[in-house]
Amino acid sequence: MALLEVKDLQVRVEDREILHSLSLTVNPGEVHAIMGPNGSGKSTLSHVIAGKPGYEVTGGQILFRGEDLLEMEPDERAAKGVFLAFQYPVEIPGVATMNFLRTALNAQRKARGESEYSTPDFLKKVREVAKSLNIPQDMLKRGVNVGFSGGEKKRNEILQMALFEPSLCILDEMDSGLDIDALRIAADGVNALRSPERAMVVITHYQRLLNYIVPDYVHVMAKGRVVKSGGKELALRLEESGYAQFEDAA
Amino acid sequence: MNVVLAKTDTGRAVSTSFALARERLPGSGKVAEQRQQAFEAFERAGLPHRRIEDWKYTDLRVLMREVLPLAAAPDTAALSRAEAALKLHAIEGTRRLVLVDGVFAPKLSDLGKSENGLSIRTLREVLEAGDGALQGELLASDNADPMIALNTAMATDGVVIEIASGTVLEQPLHVVHVASVGAPAAMFTRSLLRLGRDVSATLVESFVATEGTKAYQTYDSLIVSLGDNARLDHLRLVEDGLEAFNISSAAVTLGAHAQLNTFGMVSGASVSRYQPTIVFAGEGARVDTNGVNLIKGRQHADTTMFMDHAVPNCASREVFRAVIDNRAHSVFQGRIVVRPDAQKTDAKMMTRALLLSDEAEADNKPELEIFADDVTCGHGATTGALDESLLFYLRARGLPEKEAQALLIQAFVGEAIESITNDQLREHVIAAAQRWLEARG
Repeated sequence: MALLEVKDLQVRVEDREILHSLSLTVNPGEVHAIMGPNGSGKSTLSHVIAGKPGYEVTGGQILFRGEDLLEMEPDERAAKGVFLAFQYPVEIPGVATMNFLRTALNAQRKARGESEYSTPDFLKKVREVAKSLNIPQDMLKRGVNVGFSGGEKKRNEILQMALFEPSLCILDEMDSGLDIDALRIAADGVNALRSPERAMVVITHYQRLLNYIVPDYVHVMAKGRVVKSGGKELALRLEESGYAQFEDAA
Repeated sequence: MNVVLAKTDTGRAVSTSFALARERLPGSGKVAEQRQQAFEAFERAGLPHRRIEDWKYTDLRVLMREVLPLAAAPDTAALSRAEAALKLHAIEGTRRLVLVDGVFAPKLSDLGKSENGLSIRTLREVLEAGDGALQGELLASDNADPMIALNTAMATDGVVIEIASGTVLEQPLHVVHVASVGAPAAMFTRSLLRLGRDVSATLVESFVATEGTKAYQTYDSLIVSLGDNARLDHLRLVEDGLEAFNISSAAVTLGAHAQLNTFGMVSGASVSRYQPTIVFAGEGARVDTNGVNLIKGRQHADTTMFMDHAVPNCASREVFRAVIDNRAHSVFQGRIVVRPDAQKTDAKMMTRALLLSDEAEADNKPELEIFADDVTCGHGATTGALDESLLFYLRARGLPEKEAQALLIQAFVGEAIESITNDQLREHVIAAAQRWLEARG
């Protein structure tokens, strides 16, 4: 069974239709890249999959392991294994990162009927992952993302991804605001999480990120639909010729 | 029209109540005279209403309608109910002083071996046998405020605590007001805390009710003086029953280089009003006040604070936060006066309100009256709902809606709670805030 099936999805924000009959199928273990110019609907797709309020789905469906994702609250989707790495992770003053991570992890486990992590096991796990991502311990004591640099915020997203072990990771413009070193650390973190059970959807404007996270499939979005799908070589072709050809086609 | 009627009814009821109570009120001679004058001042004014500027948001004629009759002294049953309630609200390691239905309860209090320099008496003792000067100080309150005047007239009991100069009191004092009345009634208490020079002490006040105690009114008045270089950490927790009224005041005077660090939290009472007046009487003193309201349903919580910078080189900070759910109403009125001589005053006031429902209401009224020219004064206020983008982030990480809200509310009040330096007291307050969040469901 496919992990994620998006079928003829139509989405509106206020009076504007953002996605028109968008379809996409992702199987376990696959890495899909979604590319496209600004305003093509890439981020909207990621928000709708994660359950962000403010979008009206007027047609089509999203199935996650055959279940209707659109019927679920955002926290239920997270517990089922959907993870969105935010383009702009928010700052939450007064909520210590460590407390947040533990509360979130245990909420997901509780929703799945699993036992809560013991404190020593939890700490051990966080420390291991943090170390591999080059995240200093004192960052974990601070408020969530408070005073973090762009790179630190993205690494904190990947830390959560590693901790929650989702089966579908959606990375929304992970490369925005990152210099090349920060990008490499983040990409290494993502690559370490690739596995035959886990699928990834990498949303990006630039081909650059795909040098580090090499996709199995590339989809080009323009004006709210997928206009072209292919292998990783499609990304290279885009780099040379740009998005204009597809925008005309759409 | 209604207002006039209400006043007449109320006036009659209170007059009767005062006449009936007089027998039971401690003190005679000068004390009785002061009570009579205070009562007459209250009678002339009646319950404060919205046309009196200070009471604009808290119209007691509408909210309260009447002053209930004086509570009877607690019987054995009331005391044993109070004992059970104390188990829930006790703070380990503190010296507990308990007032049940407005009467000091020695059996429920820790009166064992007193630390050197600490003297504890009851208001009744002092008014019946104490020295005239102290009696005068205890009752010489501001009759211009009708509710303080009423308290002066009716104060039944309280604690009179004096701490000798140079004493560092290790053990926090915990004054617990327990309402245990069977039928609706009012209790009036007045307490005094006097810190000599170089004293360091901690005072915790709790207002609680026993299980099953419903409608009651508690009126408290606290007089505090800090000698030069003294430090007081003050914690005030209003956890009264949800049908109760709590109308209280405090008058604090600070000597030179004295420090007051105060934290107040209101989660109980149907209607509460707290009016602290803080007077800087010596240079170089500092006051940090933090307040948190956690209210829901139709609760009404009003803090009206007056910071009187009467001398130069003093600093004050007021940070007030309110979390307001359902149709609850939070009021903060902060008045800062900087008198002509009070140069180099540094006074700041900040209020933040978090509205959890469309019908929740927050009123902030800052008033700055500055008569000196070399000062730093400021105030700010924000009001808003929980940030949707933060909520979505937390929910996308698996937190159900209520839990995500709870985490953000905790963060909002957490900063104020952090101001409590004593670990044990801070934990106690965190637990109380947690109880409120859990009760919210």
